[in-house]
Amino acid sequence: MAHVTAVDVAGHHQPATTSRDRPGRARRSRGERKRARTGFLFVLPFAVIFLAFLVAPLLYAFYLSLYSKGLATGVVFAGLKNYQTAFTDPSFLKGVWFVIRFALVLIPVQMFVSLALALVLDSLATRFSRFARLMIFLPYAIPAVIGALMWGFLYSPTFGPMQQIANVFGAQAPFLLDPDHVFGGLMNVVTWQWAGYYMIIIFAALRGIDSSIYEAARIDGASSWQIAFRVKVPMIASALLLILVFALIGTLQFFTEPQALRLVSNGTITPDFTPNIYAFSQAFAYANFNYASAISFSLGIVVFIAVYVFLFLTRKRGSIS
Amino acid sequence: MRKSILAGASGLALALALSACATSANNSGGGGGSAPAAEESGTSPKLTDCTNKMKNDAPQVSVWGWYPNMATVVDNFNAGHTDVQICWNNVGQGQDEYTKVQTAISAKKGLPDVVMLEADHLSSYAIQDALVDLVPYGANDVKGNFSEGAWKDVSQGAKVFAVPVDGGPMGLIYRTDVFKKYGITTPPKTWAEFADDAAKVKAAGGPVFGDLGSNVPAAFMALQIQKGAVPFGYDIADPQALTVKLNDQASKDVLNYWAGLADKGLVGKQDQFTTDYISGVVNGKYATYTSAAWAPGYLTGAGVGKGKSEGVWSVAPLPQWDEANPVSVNWGGSTFAVTTQATDKKLAAEVAKGIYADPASLSDGWKKQVIFPLSKSVLDSSEFAENKTDFFSGQQANKEVYLPAENAYKGVVYAPITTYYYAQLQAELAKINAGKATGDQAADELQATIVKYAESQGFKVTQ
Repeated sequence: MAHVTAVDVAGHHQPATTSRDRPGRARRSRGERKRARTGFLFVLPFAVIFLAFLVAPLLYAFYLSLYSKGLATGVVFAGLKNYQTAFTDPSFLKGVWFVIRFALVLIPVQMFVSLALALVLDSLATRFSRFARLMIFLPYAIPAVIGALMWGFLYSPTFGPMQQIANVFGAQAPFLLDPDHVFGGLMNVVTWQWAGYYMIIIFAALRGIDSSIYEAARIDGASSWQIAFRVKVPMIASALLLILVFALIGTLQFFTEPQALRLVSNGTITPDFTPNIYAFSQAFAYANFNYASAISFSLGIVVFIAVYVFLFLTRKRGSIS
Repeated sequence: MRKSILAGASGLALALALSACATSANNSGGGGGSAPAAEESGTSPKLTDCTNKMKNDAPQVSVWGWYPNMATVVDNFNAGHTDVQICWNNVGQGQDEYTKVQTAISAKKGLPDVVMLEADHLSSYAIQDALVDLVPYGANDVKGNFSEGAWKDVSQGAKVFAVPVDGGPMGLIYRTDVFKKYGITTPPKTWAEFADDAAKVKAAGGPVFGDLGSNVPAAFMALQIQKGAVPFGYDIADPQALTVKLNDQASKDVLNYWAGLADKGLVGKQDQFTTDYISGVVNGKYATYTSAAWAPGYLTGAGVGKGKSEGVWSVAPLPQWDEANPVSVNWGGSTFAVTTQATDKKLAAEVAKGIYADPASLSDGWKKQVIFPLSKSVLDSSEFAENKTDFFSGQQANKEVYLPAENAYKGVVYAPITTYYYAQLQAELAKINAGKATGDQAADELQATIVKYAESQGFKVTQ
């Protein structure tokens, strides 16, 4: 794009740059139109896919959500009644409450882990650090379903290594997917999966800082700790904010890991465990696409509010960079 | 319902592979279901993407099914017919298939002409007008081939929505080595004896006696029905009327009974059909397995009965609540139904009546322990009755346990909201296992949840 503009400027604009009246403006607008057309062509492939695969399904889902379907009564127009039902449905509310609690605990943990790893790796420059970086990133490269199934095996009360270790002492290891432990059990899986990815984002942001700043700080007498927390962290605040928003949205839409672990959870993970799983069950198990659409939109509303509140609370820190 | 997972761990991998193929078949095969309509003015619709090869040029009927020996069954049918050929695909077992069936019903296209369904799911699809009443297509011609109970399971009043193939009369599978070690000479005949024996084995430091898996709600419902519970009343003739009785005394008694066993640690709390459970079964962690006639085949496929657990299995009739009035119950079992999306319903009905009904297929099925056939031609044969089951070390399991159970089976009325009901029952069983609900609480909660759901679906509920 920049290249095209440069050519345009060189070719057409240069003679007419000085502020003339009508003719000049007309010529400029012709050039602008042409540029706009070119720009439009560049955007077109994206726009078509965006409209066909995101906007259209969204509109269709919204349309579906305005109708209600009873197995015995068929489909009738319901207006916003499905939304009223959703926000008073204990299954949906319980799921929303779970993902909100999950986000409140998970995100700080995940941030802390990934930030700590990135800071350590950033201050090392050995071959080991490159290897470690790859290894920490690796879980993200493993498909989420396979990662979850693997953890299902690790948690297994029969084959799992935790139980093998407990066997040595003749004890019973806790089953991390039972109702009392499932919160921590899932948090562990998600942190394992995503910390490496966030670490890479933070690490890239750290690499973008001019190292002469560190030198200046050191000359001013700052210790390594002080450089890390007083210089590096504030300078990557926008990257941190980005991953916070990613993590928040991802967690509120929590689906893959609990869905994959459902079969080995001895009934702990119910069909209404998270809002997304609930929507999935409503649509594909209970044949209620209409209510499922309403749940999806309601979840969208919750996500929107959460992200808005979050950005509002962090607006100062975000504006630093 | 869990009959679905019949083929076990190794079979599951196969099923996944098959359903992966079938998914692609599904896209164009979905066309396969409806596209022929356009071509029908010609001679015979030709379907593509069939797993099997046709034997001749007769008109074709598309079929979904997941029996492990389905390829043989389809070939047998096709070889014996010059008027019709089956185009078969396996799109997954049980719930996997139902997800696709439900989506195709909602989309109003993509269903095959004939679909394999478990009996407890028939009314859920019949109420959505997805299944054809087979009576006008001569369903009653084959009624005499089945027991009264088996036929009731596929009927709604005067209407018949499927032709049964296999059933799951229940029995008590037990480990002779555990029984011998802890001095249990005869298997428990009543549930009271079952609890006593469980306490005895536990007191002697033995394994748990059974298992309360939350993910087998269909089996648990059968156990409640055994005590006299009638969970649902429904007739498609009056599609909006539904009777729900999930917290009557019988239902509560059975829930309390198992909750008590679980609470005392006399039975396990492990979900079944999982690697953890099967490993426990192999290693003698459970003294008994309350299951159906298809269990030996399933367990064999999952690797039970070899190595450490070879020659230790036996089966006894299901314990009773009242020995004087024994009740026989059923878990699982499957049927073939004709869908309303079928191009040629008459031809499809011929397939539904004829598939897995020929002697060669039936004997292949029961000898491989893939099915417990419901066809009287097999049930009444001495070969079947006298058969010595390998899994039970030569015990005549059919004659001693399963045949009497099947013959005494009276049939059940299933609700048109089976999937939802099972999910809620599973959640309650999980609560009981976690010590977070008593049997009474679970039953009352379940009743309230199901009534609320049924009303939201437009049913007029009688409690």
